[in-house]
Amino acid sequence: MDKSERLQQTRLNQLVNTYGLPRLIITGFLIFLFIMAPVAGADFPTQITNVLNRFGWNAVLVLAMVPMVHSGCGLNFGIPLGILAGLLGATLSIQFGFTGALSFVMAIVISTPFAILFGGGYGALLNKIKGGEMMVATYVGFSSVSFMCIMWLMIPYTHPSIVMAYTGVGLRNMFSLDNFYANVLSDFLKIDLNPIDVNLVIPTGSLLFIALLCFLMWAFLHTKTGTAMTAVGSNPTFAKASGINVDRIRMLSVILSTWLGAVGILVYQQGFGFVQLYMAPFNMAIPAVAAILIGGASVNKASIGNVVIGTILFQGLVTMTPTVINSLIHIDISEVIRVIVSNGMVVYALTRKTEGGK
Amino acid sequence: MKMKKNLFGQSSDFLQNNLVPIMFIIICIICYPLAGFSPSYLLNEIVTRMGRNIFLILSLLIPIMAGMGLNFGMTLGAMAGQIALIFVTDWQIWGIPGVVLAMLLSIPFSVLLGMMCGKLMNMAKGREMILGYMMNYFVGGLYQLVVLFIMGPIIPIKHASIRLPRGYGIRTTVNLTSLRQCLDNEFAILYKGVKIPVLTFIIIGALCLFILWFRRTKLGQDMRAVGQDMEVARAAGIKVERTRIIAIIMSTVFAGFGQIIYLQNIGNFPTCTAHTQIGMFCIAALLVGGASVEKASIGNVFLGVILFHTMFILAPRAGAAITGDAMIGEYFRVFVSYGVITLALIMYETKKRRAKSQGGQLLAQAQREGGVRS
Repeated sequence: MDKSERLQQTRLNQLVNTYGLPRLIITGFLIFLFIMAPVAGADFPTQITNVLNRFGWNAVLVLAMVPMVHSGCGLNFGIPLGILAGLLGATLSIQFGFTGALSFVMAIVISTPFAILFGGGYGALLNKIKGGEMMVATYVGFSSVSFMCIMWLMIPYTHPSIVMAYTGVGLRNMFSLDNFYANVLSDFLKIDLNPIDVNLVIPTGSLLFIALLCFLMWAFLHTKTGTAMTAVGSNPTFAKASGINVDRIRMLSVILSTWLGAVGILVYQQGFGFVQLYMAPFNMAIPAVAAILIGGASVNKASIGNVVIGTILFQGLVTMTPTVINSLIHIDISEVIRVIVSNGMVVYALTRKTEGGK
Repeated sequence: MKMKKNLFGQSSDFLQNNLVPIMFIIICIICYPLAGFSPSYLLNEIVTRMGRNIFLILSLLIPIMAGMGLNFGMTLGAMAGQIALIFVTDWQIWGIPGVVLAMLLSIPFSVLLGMMCGKLMNMAKGREMILGYMMNYFVGGLYQLVVLFIMGPIIPIKHASIRLPRGYGIRTTVNLTSLRQCLDNEFAILYKGVKIPVLTFIIIGALCLFILWFRRTKLGQDMRAVGQDMEVARAAGIKVERTRIIAIIMSTVFAGFGQIIYLQNIGNFPTCTAHTQIGMFCIAALLVGGASVEKASIGNVFLGVILFHTMFILAPRAGAAITGDAMIGEYFRVFVSYGVITLALIMYETKKRRAKSQGGQLLAQAQREGGVRS
């Protein structure tokens, strides 16, 4: 009796250790929210729809963390750089007159060279400062976003639906994608259960697109180059000794991360329906970082599973807390909870000891 | 010949070490005629901003001394200062007594937050800066929780003028009319249109003297030792962890005072966002003054404030004059502030890495010569 009890206790300890206490709390909280949702009068299928939608918007941005974590470059706080490449792709694709689904494809195509260019420069920089990547990445992101703020005003865009209404010079702060690629992915093969009185809409296209990218990422990590990347991340000295060009692999991972960031923002935009420019990319790094950490990643370890679980948990938290908590206690506390949880998660991850040396 | 080379080497070293200040001097010289401000207006603005900001920036010096890098967590102190100011405004204590009381009140909050930050930084050695930076956001969330939800039902807030109409929480802007510029106006001297806030400068001078004195104390020496090499310091019997926590606590407390001085000059503050930009601007100003991540002096602080804020005043007008769009100048100064920090961080990291590999090379050379004896 005593023995089995102790065994149970150690098993619990093990669970806490492998799963991580904050993650356990967040999962518990989310389950609590789901249980309380009917009590609070929130419609359960609507909640699921919201979570699925938000998952579709954000998953690719979170996936963009994976390559850099794998190659030991730390969490990609420099994702705004990839987002800028995506924004260039989006605006140029519209400027060149593409519409509908084609504009989405072209946006990805146009953003690719920018992502390679930005990622290459960024990767070369990160190779010079091994060990201090995260802080530099944050500020590289910030300074490039503020630099691009000037560029959005200076690049001579002319397309009437994206430039400022009065002067015609410089891009708008935010413009709608209604005639372009709003919902191109999420409307593809959409399953809508509203006719049978269930408020459930499944954005199949988005989910398929994400699944495809995740699968490609998984497959890539199992190729020779991908394995080399993992080796570089877990033990650079060993990798170097076995003849891997560490700098080249790290550069590749940064380019890949940046490109995924570009695609990620385009996917986000097609769900959200608007393009946000200027200072908007500023605050997109931390939610993505927090999501992958909540999913169980650490500063030097991340898998596709972490991405999926993390995005669902984080977006669940973001969408559920306002509706449930607000209707339960009539206090608009959800935003504060989100801030504390997501940033607290990053702080927690940073204080963990990392395995393997840098 | 050799001397010539030395001289050249020296001048290039000088250039390398002072690249950022020189760049800023050039920017300021170019922008000045374009902006078209009168000298007395410009001088007045700079003096005002010096009084407003120097105390905050000085709070960054101690962690740099202890080798903990730029204390992005100074924002924690700013939040503590703001909480103290909210109480003082609620209790309606006016003028200098109000400011002094706010400073005293901020100490326990600052110490608590600083201790938390220091402990976490000890758990994340080598990643202090990014941790401090994330702590801003995390503690920012806790601060919002306190200010918007706990103040009212749990912590009594009497005065309706700062309470939200819904009955709890603090209004979006806290008005400090009763404290406004009470330090700056005391013994202020008006000279040819330039107002010199003498008392504020005396307080700043006192802090400078304190820092100079502190460097010579036992604790200050310990901090420098810890900053140079943690392991050596530990071997010499210094309690490394404790010293580092004290450094952060001191920085946080001073940042709290600094924020109170800053806000009494401005006269009101947006409750939830007043602290968010403080860390970035202070760090950028310090770096503009020629400081680096591991070395900063009081001179850097003064030079940095003057150059950074001159640029800050001139850039929007100059940008508008050049491009005809005021927003470009606005974005330009934001870009420059972030760019400076980025540059300093990159320089610091490359230098650290080079030093590391140099150390390795020296060791290898010594081994080749058969010189390493244990």
